[in-house]
Amino acid sequence: MNVLEVSELRKHYPIRAGLLRREVGRVRAVDGVSFHIAAGETLALVGESGCGKTTVSRCILRALRATSGEIRFAPEDGRVVELVGLPKRQLRPLRRHMQMIFQDPYSSLNPRMMVGDIIAEPLKVNGVPAAERQARVLELLDLVQMPASARSRFPHAFSGGQRQRIGIARALALQPRLVVADEPVSALDVSVQAQIINLLLDLQDRLRLSMLFVAHDLGVVRHVSDRVAVMYVGRIVEVAPTATLYRTPRHPYTEALLAAVPAPDPARRGRQLAVLGEVADPANPPPGCAFHPRCPYAVERCRIERPELTEVTPGRWTSCHRARELELAGVG
Amino acid sequence: MSAAAADIGATAGQDRFAQATQLQLTWWRFRRHRLALISLFIVALFYAVAVFADFLAISDPHATDARRSFIPPQAIHLFDDGAFRPHVYGLRGVRDPQTFKLVYTPDPNRKLPVTLFARGYDYALFGLFETNIHLLGIEGGSRGDGIFLLGTDQLGRDLYSRMVVATRVSLSIGLAGVTLSLLLGVLLGGISGLYGGWVDTVIQRVIEILRSIPTIPLWMGLAAALPNTWSVTQVYLAITVIISLIGWTDLARVVRGRFLSLREEDFVVAAELAGASQGRIIFRHMLPSFASHIIAAVSLALPAMIVSETALSFLGLGLRPPAVSWGILLQDAQNIQVLAGAPWLLSAAVPVTVVILAFNFLGDGLRDAADPYG
Repeated sequence: MNVLEVSELRKHYPIRAGLLRREVGRVRAVDGVSFHIAAGETLALVGESGCGKTTVSRCILRALRATSGEIRFAPEDGRVVELVGLPKRQLRPLRRHMQMIFQDPYSSLNPRMMVGDIIAEPLKVNGVPAAERQARVLELLDLVQMPASARSRFPHAFSGGQRQRIGIARALALQPRLVVADEPVSALDVSVQAQIINLLLDLQDRLRLSMLFVAHDLGVVRHVSDRVAVMYVGRIVEVAPTATLYRTPRHPYTEALLAAVPAPDPARRGRQLAVLGEVADPANPPPGCAFHPRCPYAVERCRIERPELTEVTPGRWTSCHRARELELAGVG
Repeated sequence: MSAAAADIGATAGQDRFAQATQLQLTWWRFRRHRLALISLFIVALFYAVAVFADFLAISDPHATDARRSFIPPQAIHLFDDGAFRPHVYGLRGVRDPQTFKLVYTPDPNRKLPVTLFARGYDYALFGLFETNIHLLGIEGGSRGDGIFLLGTDQLGRDLYSRMVVATRVSLSIGLAGVTLSLLLGVLLGGISGLYGGWVDTVIQRVIEILRSIPTIPLWMGLAAALPNTWSVTQVYLAITVIISLIGWTDLARVVRGRFLSLREEDFVVAAELAGASQGRIIFRHMLPSFASHIIAAVSLALPAMIVSETALSFLGLGLRPPAVSWGILLQDAQNIQVLAGAPWLLSAAVPVTVVILAFNFLGDGLRDAADPYG
């Protein structure tokens, strides 16, 4: 049973110039992305900044309107809704089934509202009676390990980690089927990151959450996700179960990302592999494989022909012409 | 993870901070801005004067008397023969045989006792209660006697009383103008920022065109278009509209900018994703977030309005006598000959300067305090 199926999702931004605002080009922020999330599963979406991962998550939540493609979402068992073309009015009742955890715990909480009101807002706008809301807020605060007294305080009284817990409580208020976590820990201190990751793991267990976990490095993802999808310039370049992907990456970009994960092991220090150059411009991607200008293994074919995402071994997909021949380094 | 929970365990002081609303935080921060605090007091004082203008005035600001024109400022003597008995000297006007000017000399033999809550000219307090009680007055003077704290003008009207009464018009025209600007600014700026697209483009271009027109010629043109058969009140309203015609553009820009940045703000997106209605997002999340900015912008727009009115009236384009405003009072000081003989007429510039400075400092303080989270 899949909670979410995304196929051929595209989000293009027109570049307009001149007095008549004619379209002179397109930024292909997301260019044909497909994946699915099974019930109770966590899929991590990983890539450098600018690769379109946040755009994907916002398109799914319909904070942005996708240019084309399909997003099939199952708000409850046996019912599937296509979100891309859905009119706003039909969308609103569906909102409660998919919620978001934001990256920045400072801007994601309204500073003018008390924490209790912030957590209760999704309940309120979805017509939960006041008495029930009170009880639910206490329950949620307990769930994210915050004291009940937090209810009557304002966000400015809390640290980043505590605010993120409040954000998580708000996202869980309506018991959503799908939670989209947009880099939920990248704005936090490393010590606090671990706490939030542990909390998310705990919640996954207890609530059987389906989650799309967006992150920009592979470090944090390892513990939370069942599968990992790696994105580069608007496309998915590799999808695999987490353990497999870490042990034997099949795409040079994945290898580079893995090498960039800081390891607390001095022995590994020597083999850090830096990705050269800048991430490609999605308005003007290089021909062939978008990664070829930065790829140490690139051959002539990579410059001409774009590799398709293909299933190399069951359950793992990669888009690299040399996927079968290369021996790429993973982490143990 | 109980550590995270434990460090919220707060003392009473932290609790006060944690539960402080935005208004409290703003006020705490504003309080630290000394100059702004003093300015707030001064501004409040000025508005109190405006409200109680007739009570504070000594003699009828419209009553003319040719026999007391250009009386220099007069002092109140507090003690009489060592006893506390405030009084002013009666004046004797003598024509200078050489210049034919009327020169007033105090007559120490005629002491006019000054009393509190004296009976004077009739007026209606707050426009409601008919009364004739004034803060200061003299007892038993004959016609033409009075207290002229700041002297009199050519027509023999007490400048102090006129200045006090002028406060009402000058300050209220600012308020009325800003209110109108605020309505226009918030409405058009809000539409511009919220909907974007071509609506935004049209509104922004209109603002740019309006702002590119030099204000003085524009005002001159508009003021000249006012029929001179209009009453003082009608002219007053028309001038308000003219001034706020330019004033709204600034506010509209502030509002638009805030809407644009707030629309992208995560907590607004969060509310949208929770399924909140457009109205709830605007009124519960967006407006409260920039109400403080609007207040600050208003407190900076007010002095501009007051100066505009003063300047217009000074040039003879704004209010016309018999209306009394600071600009009209200053109009009397335009003539260099009058000014040489009666420099006290310039004193109407003092309240203008003081209130404008106070408003600017107040606005500065408010702007700094407006975003207690910044």
